[in-house]
Amino acid sequence: MTNDLDIFVGNTTLIDEEVYQLWLDGYSVSDAVSLRLRSGILEQTGATVDVLQSDTMDHYRTFHMLERLLHTPSKLIHQLHFQIPPSRQAMLIERYYAFDEAFVREVLGKKLSKGTKKDLDDVSSKTGITLKSCRRQFDNFKRVFKVVEEMRGSLVENIQQHFLLSDRLARDYAAIVFFANSRFETGKKKLQFLTFEDFAYCAEQMIQNWTLGAVDSNVDDMDVDLDKEFLQELKELKVLIADKDLLDLHKSLVCTSLRGKISVYNEMEANFKNLSRALVNMASKLIHTKDVRDFFIDLVEKFIEPCKSDKWTLNDVRLFLTQYTTSAHTLDAFRHQALWDRYMSTIKSCLLKMYHD
Amino acid sequence: MPGKLKVKIVAGRHLPVMDRASDLTDAFVEVKFGNTTFKTDVYPKSLNPQWNSEWFKFEVDDEDLQDEPLQITVLDHDTYSANDAIGKVYIDIDPLLYSEAATVISGWFPIYDTIHGIRGEINVVVKVDLFNDLNRFRQSSCGVKFFCTTSIPKCYRAVVIHGFVEELVVNEDPEYQWIDRIRTPRASNEARQRLISLMSGELQRKIGLKVLEMRGNAVVGYLQCFDLEGESGLVVRAIGTVCTLDKISNTAFLPACNSPSKEMKEIPFNEDPNPNTHSSGPSTPLKNQTYSFSPSKSYSRQSSSSDTDLSLTPKTGMGSGSAGKEGGPFKALLRQQTQTALEQREFPFFTLTAFPPGFLVHVGGVVSARSVKLLDRIHNPDEPETRDAWWAEIRQEIKSHAKALGCHAVVGYSESTSICEEVCILSASGTAAVLNPRFLQDGTMEGCLEQRLSWQPGFFSIGSEKGEVDFFPQNQDSSSLLGLEETSPPGCGFCHIPYDELNMPFPAHLIYCYNCRKQKVPDVLFTTIDLPAEAMVIGKGCLIQARLCRLKKKAQAEANATSISNLLPFMEYEVHTQLMNKLKLKGMNALFGLRIQITVGENMLMGLASATGVYLTALPTPGGIQIAGKTPNDGAYEQHVSHMQKKINDTIAKNKELYEINPPEIPEEIIGSPFPEPRQRSRLLRSQSESSDEVMELDLSHGKKDAFVLEIDDTDAMEDVHSLLTDVPPPPGFYSCNTEIMPGINNWTSDIQMFTSVRVSRLSNINLTNQTLNKNFNDLCENLLKSLYFKLRSMIPCCLCHVNFTVALPEDEVIQVTVTAVAITFDKHQALQTSRVPVEKTLQRASTDNEEQLQFPLELCSDPLVSQPFSPAKEVLENASSHTGVPAAQRAASLDKASPLAEGHLRHRSVPSCTNSTVSVVKMTPLSFIPGAKITKYLGIINMFFIRETTSLREEGGVSGFLHAFIAEVFAMVRAHVAALGGNAVVSYIMKQCVFMENPNKNQAQCLINVSGDAVIVVRESELEMVPVQPSTAVSQPASAGDVTT
Repeated sequence: MTNDLDIFVGNTTLIDEEVYQLWLDGYSVSDAVSLRLRSGILEQTGATVDVLQSDTMDHYRTFHMLERLLHTPSKLIHQLHFQIPPSRQAMLIERYYAFDEAFVREVLGKKLSKGTKKDLDDVSSKTGITLKSCRRQFDNFKRVFKVVEEMRGSLVENIQQHFLLSDRLARDYAAIVFFANSRFETGKKKLQFLTFEDFAYCAEQMIQNWTLGAVDSNVDDMDVDLDKEFLQELKELKVLIADKDLLDLHKSLVCTSLRGKISVYNEMEANFKNLSRALVNMASKLIHTKDVRDFFIDLVEKFIEPCKSDKWTLNDVRLFLTQYTTSAHTLDAFRHQALWDRYMSTIKSCLLKMYHD
Repeated sequence: MPGKLKVKIVAGRHLPVMDRASDLTDAFVEVKFGNTTFKTDVYPKSLNPQWNSEWFKFEVDDEDLQDEPLQITVLDHDTYSANDAIGKVYIDIDPLLYSEAATVISGWFPIYDTIHGIRGEINVVVKVDLFNDLNRFRQSSCGVKFFCTTSIPKCYRAVVIHGFVEELVVNEDPEYQWIDRIRTPRASNEARQRLISLMSGELQRKIGLKVLEMRGNAVVGYLQCFDLEGESGLVVRAIGTVCTLDKISNTAFLPACNSPSKEMKEIPFNEDPNPNTHSSGPSTPLKNQTYSFSPSKSYSRQSSSSDTDLSLTPKTGMGSGSAGKEGGPFKALLRQQTQTALEQREFPFFTLTAFPPGFLVHVGGVVSARSVKLLDRIHNPDEPETRDAWWAEIRQEIKSHAKALGCHAVVGYSESTSICEEVCILSASGTAAVLNPRFLQDGTMEGCLEQRLSWQPGFFSIGSEKGEVDFFPQNQDSSSLLGLEETSPPGCGFCHIPYDELNMPFPAHLIYCYNCRKQKVPDVLFTTIDLPAEAMVIGKGCLIQARLCRLKKKAQAEANATSISNLLPFMEYEVHTQLMNKLKLKGMNALFGLRIQITVGENMLMGLASATGVYLTALPTPGGIQIAGKTPNDGAYEQHVSHMQKKINDTIAKNKELYEINPPEIPEEIIGSPFPEPRQRSRLLRSQSESSDEVMELDLSHGKKDAFVLEIDDTDAMEDVHSLLTDVPPPPGFYSCNTEIMPGINNWTSDIQMFTSVRVSRLSNINLTNQTLNKNFNDLCENLLKSLYFKLRSMIPCCLCHVNFTVALPEDEVIQVTVTAVAITFDKHQALQTSRVPVEKTLQRASTDNEEQLQFPLELCSDPLVSQPFSPAKEVLENASSHTGVPAAQRAASLDKASPLAEGHLRHRSVPSCTNSTVSVVKMTPLSFIPGAKITKYLGIINMFFIRETTSLREEGGVSGFLHAFIAEVFAMVRAHVAALGGNAVVSYIMKQCVFMENPNKNQAQCLINVSGDAVIVVRESELEMVPVQPSTAVSQPASAGDVTT
């Protein structure tokens, strides 16, 4: 005897968080059943495999029906079809939009295009995350991107408003959108030691300081695109390395104030000009899209790696960058103080965040 | 022109994309009532249109207002081709027609399409201005209130319970008209939905007219059903109980209002001098027709009453007459009174299942009647004589069965049909009873008013611990006022036999009541009603089901009807045997809420009986079940038998423990029975269904030690014994019943979950015999229950209440089982405290009632717990169990084991409610109340019929996906309608029909669902305490009792 039809519908939609997670993780019904079996649920409840199978099917069907609504969370809140307590709705949305660290590191900064989606099976086999789950996460990224891409106002707030995510998750999505828009390279081998959190922090700093929104809060795409004018102006900083006197003066100011405070004084003194050149050159090139993409590689190759090879501590880096930034203010011949601060404060935050093993 | 209907279309949201090119929709709305249609402007290019229309006004007769639904159609404007329909909303405006219910319908409604399901939502406001109409000969019955609830609604008081009302209307089914061949499925579905809506409106209006004729103002226990007779038509029929109801000013603070407050009486329609002088009875011209027994052209064979009688009554085991001392004359008097009150009534039937205290005097037992009919095309829809005559026949039979039991009334009455092709089984069942005549007449009201008022608290606060505790003292008071205390103490009076012992209609064991020792009671009691609130029960109850399949040869017309008729009595007999066995196995002695459903299919008949077993203190302790082998000399065989016997005994013992059935041991001599010493055993032999002689002979013995003998003389019987033992008890923390409340649990939390579960099983590849069928059906039901327990495990400790199984046989070898129930979490610790209350009461009662025989142990009367009612649960347990004889340690251990689980889940559930949802929560329950809340207002009846069809079954997730979505949609539409009426809950919700048909080859499926219930406003009890007396002010003013401001 086979059950052709087997359903359970509650007036309040029944949601099992455990099964929801299995569904989100992209397991098929039979895989989910065997995973649940392994959790020892039968022993706890005295149920049979049939019961578990039917229960899992039921939940999967419910989630399948809810998925359409989860694509536009505001619909889930206002729909009449499923009666779900608000706290559960929030849970459903939050979990649906949650993503795996391993997955996001693969996709971060890539164009959210069909081509990328086609490569998801590689991502899946590399990360061990099911293809189904990869697709959901990718589609979430893309959906959020599409909605907020051309929108006015704060990126985080827009995401929060449209997708009803928690503050934390909305910030993460803001980073993903920002990275996808500027297509920052994050996948190179040299960058593998960086976590998504590192990038998210950097993104937040860049959004706060380097986008149009940082100067004018009422323009389209204000948080998504970098401020072109600012990038143009960054060329002016070149004077710091082009003018030999200025460079020497800058170096001596930094060296004087750091003597005795920094543990790698000699290395710092020897490397000062290289480091300064690297930072200023990066600034002057940011107007080119390609150099924007390589921003993180440049930071790692030209600053972090040399420092690491000289065994700078995090504190050394902090002292150096602080002094390097402030000393420039005392250079009389240098007239781009505001620009310098806008550039260096973000660079400093990013570097300090990224400076770890 | 006595009414003006006003409709405003405000806005839409989440509309589907109708224009692929722009991904948008140009929506407008058509509003139709009767033959008048209005249109809104087109709101271009939006999925969230804001129409903000003017008020569309329809000036209509109130007759139309009652019959017609308001029809709202949302369309997509198309310049070049025909406009595409997005979907429809039907709004029943009936709740706006009586002053006490809703005043406005306003809210978001799902836009529904029979092919696509819900497609967005629309915001609508509807109002009705009713003009006073003084025309006495009108055809409308606006103002009559309808309730699905099968008890007196919670914020009303019954002034008079008039009696039975029935009506049916027939029509051709649009699905079977010739035009259906050329129109789209959508058009056909919509025609059907509209027709049924129209027919139920008409039916309700006609019933209303009868109510006014009977001088009532409300119908309680209103049950409306559809018979989809296929080619021969569509029948919509309804039954109900006519009452005159008074609104109680304030339900929450009832104990305060003890005055007879006659000024609160508001029976608007009694004021009108009725031109019809038939005031005494419900006789209407139509009723007379039902009597004129028109010989129907169709062949019909009724399952003979003697068959039904035999198969029914011996099993119900009713005791016989009153040999009691003072009981006899009183009973005769009572009977006389009742007779005068009831005899004018054609059918003294009541669809109620719970009653005002004092109403129910004695219960005789279950009466039922079935008849097999051949359907024939209804030629003239305006004169549905045939169907009327069929039902009249059945009702007549029920009435005579009740008479045979010495009863003049039938309570808990219901009717149903099962149709397969052209064969139709009509069934009716109820509980024969003797009623207190005072509730049935207008004249004697004044005297009774006071008691009834003082009775209310106990009756209303079912489910709250306080109510339970308050109840008993009140109970005694009012019973003494009624002058009934001598003959029928409230706790056991209803169990006393109403029939004459010497003229017993059937053989049964009788014994003196274990409670009062004055009257005779049967050893087992079966009823279709809810457990009376005053009934004294030990332990908890449980759901008991009997399941049965019988193969039947495929046959045509008359031959088919004959073979079904022949099978029916055997099925009823088997079902009753099973019920009886299972009841004994549970160690219980009474069944409540018994519902036996016989379903007919092409090649089989299915029987499913559900009931709630309880242990009534008034009835004797059931004996065990003894197995007798056929060949006593075979050693191995004997061993097997004794093994089975041991298993059965173990099960009984386990069940007694599980359901906490620990009746106080009463020394034999206390019973004071004038009967001779009970013999060791009584026998009931299978296969002796009809030859009553032998049964009589063997049934002479009686007494509480009697065992029930199962003789396993063939493999068949062996199967039965096995199947007895296959029923698994629910997992720890779960209880189930099919009645309103579960005896022994009365501290519900407000955590409820109503659900519907459907399973369709194909019996392919199995050898079709009665045994395999039985086994499959049994497994299907048991697995379904197991599945429910698993799904609802987060609600433990919890009780499934009002579990309602429905079986259908949609095609050959396909069984469909539908279950609707509500799971309610209860507070375990409080439960333990209160669970001792009945026991304690029993003890007290037993002791007071037996004062002349003081052998009763003294310590039982002075229960130490009385002085410290809030002692910790464990202590109570120990104390309680010291009386009841279960080792305390064992009990406490079982408690500890279960508790961490429950706590874990509790923590889970207590998530703080969050933010910005605009959708209001609507609770739904098949019960007549919401635990932990008070109903402050009834907003009107919800009666909805939906059809859903698909031609892309696979794409919608197969049959399961299709039906899952549809049932969720039905719930959503019910909730939306209730919310628009201003309500926040549906009580007495029932899914009356769920007809599912599929054609996988064509990738098609269709489903019809009919649901009903009462829309209400409930206020949480905790909130009530904080905001006192707020709703009462308007009502307590005598004149303007109509309008309540909440």
